[in-house]
Amino acid sequence: MSQTDIEIVVDDPTAPEDDSPSVVSTRTIEIVVSLLLLALAATLGYDNWRTGISWDSTGPEPGYFPFYLSVILGGGSLYGLVSALLSQHGGSQTFVTRAQLRRVLAVFVPTLLFCLAMQFLGLYVASFLLIAGFMRLVGKIALWKSLLTAFVFTAVMFVTFDIAFDVIMPKGPLEAAFGR
Amino acid sequence: MEAFGLLVQGFGVLLTGKTLVLMMVGLVLGIFVGVLPGLGGPNGVAILLPLTFTMDPTSAIVMLSCIYWGALFGGAITSILFNIPGEAWSVATTFDGYPMAQQGRAAEALTAAFTSSFIGSLVAVLLITFLAPMISSFALKFGPPEFFAVYLLTFCSFVGLGREAKHKTVISMSLGLLLAGIGMDTVSGNLRMTFGSAELLRGINFLVAVIGLFGISEILLTMEERLALRGHAAGISLRVVLSVWKDLPKYWVTLLRSSFIGCWLGITPGGAIAASFMGYNLAKRFSKDPESFGKGRIEGVFAPETAAHASGTAALLPMLALGIPGSGTAAILLGGLMVWGLNPGPLLFVEHKDFVWGLIASMYLGNVVGLVLVLTTVPIFASILRVPFAAVAPMIVVSCAIGAYAIQNAMFDIWLMLGFGVVGYVFKKIGIPLAPFTLALVLGNRAEDAFRLSMIGSGGNLKVFWSNGLVGSIATLAILLLFWPLIDRLLQRVGLARQAKPVSGQA
Repeated sequence: MSQTDIEIVVDDPTAPEDDSPSVVSTRTIEIVVSLLLLALAATLGYDNWRTGISWDSTGPEPGYFPFYLSVILGGGSLYGLVSALLSQHGGSQTFVTRAQLRRVLAVFVPTLLFCLAMQFLGLYVASFLLIAGFMRLVGKIALWKSLLTAFVFTAVMFVTFDIAFDVIMPKGPLEAAFGR
Repeated sequence: MEAFGLLVQGFGVLLTGKTLVLMMVGLVLGIFVGVLPGLGGPNGVAILLPLTFTMDPTSAIVMLSCIYWGALFGGAITSILFNIPGEAWSVATTFDGYPMAQQGRAAEALTAAFTSSFIGSLVAVLLITFLAPMISSFALKFGPPEFFAVYLLTFCSFVGLGREAKHKTVISMSLGLLLAGIGMDTVSGNLRMTFGSAELLRGINFLVAVIGLFGISEILLTMEERLALRGHAAGISLRVVLSVWKDLPKYWVTLLRSSFIGCWLGITPGGAIAASFMGYNLAKRFSKDPESFGKGRIEGVFAPETAAHASGTAALLPMLALGIPGSGTAAILLGGLMVWGLNPGPLLFVEHKDFVWGLIASMYLGNVVGLVLVLTTVPIFASILRVPFAAVAPMIVVSCAIGAYAIQNAMFDIWLMLGFGVVGYVFKKIGIPLAPFTLALVLGNRAEDAFRLSMIGSGGNLKVFWSNGLVGSIATLAILLLFWPLIDRLLQRVGLARQAKPVSGQA
């Protein structure tokens, strides 16, 4: 048997380098997240207090249950904040390196644009653009392959959802031109 | 045996051409999802859920649960051939599975993995078949206080038994419960935490959050890593399959032990991941020759795979019997039940017999069909990994968007999904667990209703949770589990003191 041979090889030419400098430490992110959660807990807690957190003739008022949850959330984030501030060794841990951040943004930004484009062009056209653009620009895959893959995938999605399963997706000018 | 008769009836529901086709489609999609990096059981089920909105509930759950079985099978393929666990619960499978592939025994390892997966889930399904109806008929006597106590038990056991830092679990859980409360209050009809926004009136949909948290965030996390891979290709021949099966009886202790561990951890919210590691470690500890583990021992594949599958399957038991999911994926299936208009909980066994027994029958059939399918098609699925991630990633994003939009036909949900994607990414990187959040979000409203109804019933007296033996013991157990780390430490100290005394006495 020749199964010891490596038969499947996939390379990743744009992989993040291992020695890339750190952008932000885990400790900083923990502090920021704790502060944000604390602010959220305070906002929600205040809103629930306004709705009513006491008891009336029918039992607890609508704000009662969520108010105490906000208190718990606030307590948890305060603990997280203090322990992150006090931790010494956590400071050196890297949350994300520059190369990693570049790669993450390379997915996140197109996804954001896709969501924006969806409002104007409809889901199917936006999907075609996202897949073709991402494969070509980020994956450096041949243009014809990118366009073909994007077209086939989008067409399959359209047939599956719009025609076979009747799940309605946002549509734009192109679909309108075809009267669908 | 009433259960047996109903099960046969369930098979009757199942054995129609349409359901069998859906089952195959589900399994193939599931294996696909399990093999691909950056997608897993919960994501796959969440993304594909919208496909089922127009189906009848039985067909829908059959397809979704088959996606789940498929994903469980698929995780093993990449672990063994590429040393890349497609799923967190397959990590332990790589310890011995990959060395076996390196020694040219890939086919053997794969057969072992699939077979033991099958055995593990079979044991768990048997458990579900006989235990779930009993538990649910018992739970029919539950009132609001009992239900709240059970919810409390679920939440507390997450905090007390989870491996993450306690305050992070608490944050994740309270955030989930809070977000579940946004929108119209079900008891009084008042609006809560909407801040005048019309979009928030509907509340935050559970599935939208899940698609963002697991789908989008997973893509972001996957992109961070080097995606190059090299692996062994393997076809499985009948001869290898038979030779592995012939040796199976030798390992019955390992298989049985792992099945029990899996069932236990699946029912209590501990999950498949813990089960697979525990199965592996125990097999190693009880082995006569622990040194040989990690160097390509077949038992090292049997043990974690059996446990992971048993646990993944057993997680459906509390979901079916009590309406409380034992894992993230089970929570998503529970969300599905609500979309199809079924009310999860013990009444399911009474009101929707067809559905429940159809699902249980599909667990048997799905696992048999799945086993045959993976054994015959491994090479095809392994080559999926040749598809570059740059092509897969945008397709996953599109599928997520379709899923998120289809739930309520709201553009706002697309933005929510994106927001949850970022939250999920950050939370995962700083170690805030997502499973408690998912569970809290799906159970939040029902937990609150149960609490308020018990409070209304008792006139605001918390003693209602200790008003009879049943609710009292559940509530006490919940509190005990919440403080389990403290109690454990205390017990250890007492134990240490006791151990120390005789020593000092001797001196």
